[in-house]
Amino acid sequence: MAEQRRLIFQHIDEPGYSNDLACYLRHGGYEVLRKVVAKPPAEVVDEVKKSGLRGRGGAGFPCGVKWTLLDRKSGKPIYLVVNADESEPGTFKDRYIIHQDPHQKLEGIMITCFANNVKQAYVYIRGEFPEGARILEAAIAEARAANFVGPNILGTPYSCEIYVHRGAGAYICGEETGLIESLEGKRPYPRIKPPYFPAVLGLYQCPTIVNNVETLCHVKHIAAMGGEAYAKIGTPNNTGTRIFCVSGQVKKPGYYEFEVGKLTLGQLLNEVCGGPLPGRTFKAVIPGGSSAKVLKFGERYKGKRKVGAEMVDFDWALEDVPLDFDSLALAGSMGGSGGVIVMDDSVSMVEALGNINAFYGHESCGQCTPCREGSAWMQRVTARMVHGQARKEDGALLKNIADQIAGRTICAFGEACAWPTQSFVAKFGAEFEAYAAKPAKSPAAIELV
Amino acid sequence: MNLKPETLAKIEEVIPHYPVKRSAALPLLHLVQEDQGYLSNEAIEWIAAKLELQPINILELVTFYPMFRQKPIGRRHIRVCRTLSCALSGAYATCAEFEKQFNTYRGEISPDGEVTIEFVECLASCGTAPVVMVDDQLHEKVDRAKACDLAVKIKAEAAKRK
Repeated sequence: MAEQRRLIFQHIDEPGYSNDLACYLRHGGYEVLRKVVAKPPAEVVDEVKKSGLRGRGGAGFPCGVKWTLLDRKSGKPIYLVVNADESEPGTFKDRYIIHQDPHQKLEGIMITCFANNVKQAYVYIRGEFPEGARILEAAIAEARAANFVGPNILGTPYSCEIYVHRGAGAYICGEETGLIESLEGKRPYPRIKPPYFPAVLGLYQCPTIVNNVETLCHVKHIAAMGGEAYAKIGTPNNTGTRIFCVSGQVKKPGYYEFEVGKLTLGQLLNEVCGGPLPGRTFKAVIPGGSSAKVLKFGERYKGKRKVGAEMVDFDWALEDVPLDFDSLALAGSMGGSGGVIVMDDSVSMVEALGNINAFYGHESCGQCTPCREGSAWMQRVTARMVHGQARKEDGALLKNIADQIAGRTICAFGEACAWPTQSFVAKFGAEFEAYAAKPAKSPAAIELV
Repeated sequence: MNLKPETLAKIEEVIPHYPVKRSAALPLLHLVQEDQGYLSNEAIEWIAAKLELQPINILELVTFYPMFRQKPIGRRHIRVCRTLSCALSGAYATCAEFEKQFNTYRGEISPDGEVTIEFVECLASCGTAPVVMVDDQLHEKVDRAKACDLAVKIKAEAAKRK
């Protein structure tokens, strides 16, 4: 089995490593930025394109392509907005980067800004990270004093400012256009695309890059080692390392960084995380944050996949699925944000879905009718089921509601709230039917709703 | 509006961070809420005037974003994460323990005015579930016993203040 490869999390939880500038400099900090600002900006963009880096926020969109789409001819300023609104349930990687290694992130931001001629960056950090916001502000002040941020960086004509902007507890701000609206001081209603692609009409209707915290840290390492060397890490089309955040009912939950695709789901859960809790067996796993479709232990995934230029057959058990963007998509789910939530045989899938639906019912922004009404309806149906009034036809009702949300909304929240219901009902339909015959929850069960 | 001088200084510092004043709405709401404990109508109107907006432009933010409140809360704010990973690790029992300890129900102010307990959505520390925030401080792996310890600590701090 592959060993952990710590690139982004190299110093996380390392004894003696602190989040101040002096410590970062002792570990070679800002050397990459120093090298980068001596070269033409387009070189970094090329390296990132060659690296094949895909965004780590959830959608897995190629980062270099995102930057290429920027409207550089408009004459308007270009903004970088850092998405530090980590809020997909099951995901907790950015928290550690912000708290323990903020300068790694700042260096990634400054390299990205230089490469794209950005003069102003905003870090949109979720409201529930007050300490993280303070740490970042302190780190920016240190970096400014040392001339890594601010006017005439490292003696060059290039200037760039970074400010921290705190959110206020709304999940929808993780959606990039919702985030931009929020940064403009409005309700974070996502914008319709086209025409409002951030690369063209983003913050203040100017071209804008929105990148995740982890993605920007990868940029620093790509600039350091070169795009081709980075592309050798991981697997083709799924390059680099990935931080898996494992939570739920497993012996050793936590964060683990591996080369993308070099590890299977079974290896991660059974070997790295020590398997199920004593006396339990695994039942289901959500592989990429709570909106990813659930995978059921015991199911098989078959079909054809592309290896190099050839199409080859695959036949995987859940445990065999390689942890990369493409393979998880072939298994019918997604790599998403890297948040892996594990459930064992003690969990009722009806109650777990009730918990997830309560989240999406609470977080729908209310702009589009199918999502506003549908997410709240699904929440009420699953809550009613859990509280002793389940009906045999509830599974079909839930599926019906979910099917009418996905694909009918302005942003991807519609899919995010429909996918859990669609996949839970499709894969655990018998459990939903049986729930109707079982009027009360078992008193020993863990309360989820 | 009777804001502390340091709050006013921070407000003046933050507005020029943005090319458009309206962008400073969320930062100002945070600063005023931290200063006053909640956002009164007077505060909403004051922020609107400060940013050259209508009060509705600020009110619609207060009613949308979960972290803003229009009523005071207890002296200490206990936020228990409710979302899946925490719930799977016993967050509902953790919340019930806090409610028992302070003789209150989530969303309300405890009879002694000391705490408000709230269920919140994912706090992004799922690997150390269940997690709780007491004011700005995150606490990890808060099972019933640890919730009890935290409650004892909060009560001791309250007694000391008196």
